[in-house]
Amino acid sequence: MKKVAIVGYAQHPILENAGALNEVELIMPVVHQLFDELGISQNNIDFTCSGSCDYLQGAAFAFVEGLSAIQTNPPIKESHVEMDAAWAMYESMLKIQMGDADTALIYGFGKSSPGRLDSIISLQMDPYYISPLWPDRVSLAAIQARVLLEKNIVTPEQMITAVIEARTNSKNNKNALVTELVDKEAYLASEKISSPLNEFDCPPISDGSSAMIIASEEKAYDFTDQPIFIEGIDHRIESSNIGSRDLSKPTGILASIEQLKLEKTNFDVAELHTQFSHEVPYLQSVLNLNDVPTNLSGGPLVGNVMMCAGLDAIGKTYESLKSNDLTNGLAHASSGPCLQHNMLVHLEKKS
Amino acid sequence: MSEEEKKDYAESPINLEYHYTAGSATTRFLNQVKEGKIVGQSCPKCSAVYVPPRGSCPRCGVATNIEVPLTDKGCIESFTIVHIPIPGNPIVPPYVCAMIRLDGANISFLHLIQGIDVEEIRIGMRIQAVWKPKDEWTHSLENIKWFTPIDEPDVDVATLRFEES
Ligand SMILES: [Zn+2]
Repeated sequence: MKKVAIVGYAQHPILENAGALNEVELIMPVVHQLFDELGISQNNIDFTCSGSCDYLQGAAFAFVEGLSAIQTNPPIKESHVEMDAAWAMYESMLKIQMGDADTALIYGFGKSSPGRLDSIISLQMDPYYISPLWPDRVSLAAIQARVLLEKNIVTPEQMITAVIEARTNSKNNKNALVTELVDKEAYLASEKISSPLNEFDCPPISDGSSAMIIASEEKAYDFTDQPIFIEGIDHRIESSNIGSRDLSKPTGILASIEQLKLEKTNFDVAELHTQFSHEVPYLQSVLNLNDVPTNLSGGPLVGNVMMCAGLDAIGKTYESLKSNDLTNGLAHASSGPCLQHNMLVHLEKKS
Repeated sequence: MSEEEKKDYAESPINLEYHYTAGSATTRFLNQVKEGKIVGQSCPKCSAVYVPPRGSCPRCGVATNIEVPLTDKGCIESFTIVHIPIPGNPIVPPYVCAMIRLDGANISFLHLIQGIDVEEIRIGMRIQAVWKPKDEWTHSLENIKWFTPIDEPDVDVATLRFEES
């Protein structure tokens, strides 16, 4: 395996409604910010890969338009994933492993405000048996929350703690959308949207974009004195039929843990792509993170840009390692209903 | 349900509604179109002029923040003669759809050509916009009914190729 490192990351302030700003106008500032910080241009990039979802924009091939935010002359090598940009990073990683590139620009973007996210997300389900029922994203998450509560894997108190901590941690994140503090009383007084989840258990509708640059070890030090290395990366997908999954068994994540030999690592910090409150204690327990500071950025509960929030978990872990005296970080990205598809990224700062 | 009425498929209609945003750059353009003016935007790096502007120069990846007022005259960069009627379309075939390159612009856009026998249409032909009555103007290039030929010498479209300045 070639060593690959993250050398830069930038995030647009997360907005409730970006209004007149279109996707291109959201992407341009973060890419320019990243280039300016590193003192480089698109000419220093071998491969460009984006993550987005055309259903969010409601236009076929909308992702192609996103490319207008990037300098494409002289012609560039580029690709796209119809997924969270964390998977665009994965593809870029492979591109570097194959020797086709030494540097890669990754960007993700998503505006959830123009459409009805609940309806859009139900279209990711199996089109024959599940999509026609239009299950909304909160109800799907609630099914898993219910399973975890009934099996005592997660407790209601843990969910309240996850919400309160997310709001408290939002002060660490200048781009957070939701910063208002919540106490237990306010939480308990809130009406359920889809039992057992209330509004505080769910992520806010968010618009935004993020960008990241990764490079091979040889090139990384040209960009920065302190690259953060991707020590391990693995992703697993489970069945698209939620009825055939045991929602209390994280089969894919356990396989990734074994593949990456994570039980041997003491993590200093973790950022999880946990969109709903019950997912925080659940994954903390699965990943053995109970004593590890988790989601210091507040995580998706305080800002959840679709197709970006997974990349943001990696970016926030990178930032934590970079600006603190820490060595090992774990980032998690997710896709699909009820944590169907998960990626684990082990980041390490070399001393 | 009788045997005859049995279906071997299920209907599952999908309908999603969106609040579409043109983007802040295109919004500036459309506000001018509403006033009967065509204002392109140029790239601060390579000087290419875009109409309609989409907010960025796709060559350079920067915002096109310089407004460039344009005339409603230009030439036909390319065209096609449409012979097939489209249901609900009030225009009777054969008619011409053309890529219109306005004077001073570096890209073209699609619009109708009328006021000439379709056999006489040619690339490089000079044309000008025919506007709807002012009280019908909205935030749309449909404020221009169509383009029609004008009595000016043809342009060699090869000379319109964008050269970086
Ligand atoms: Zn340009």
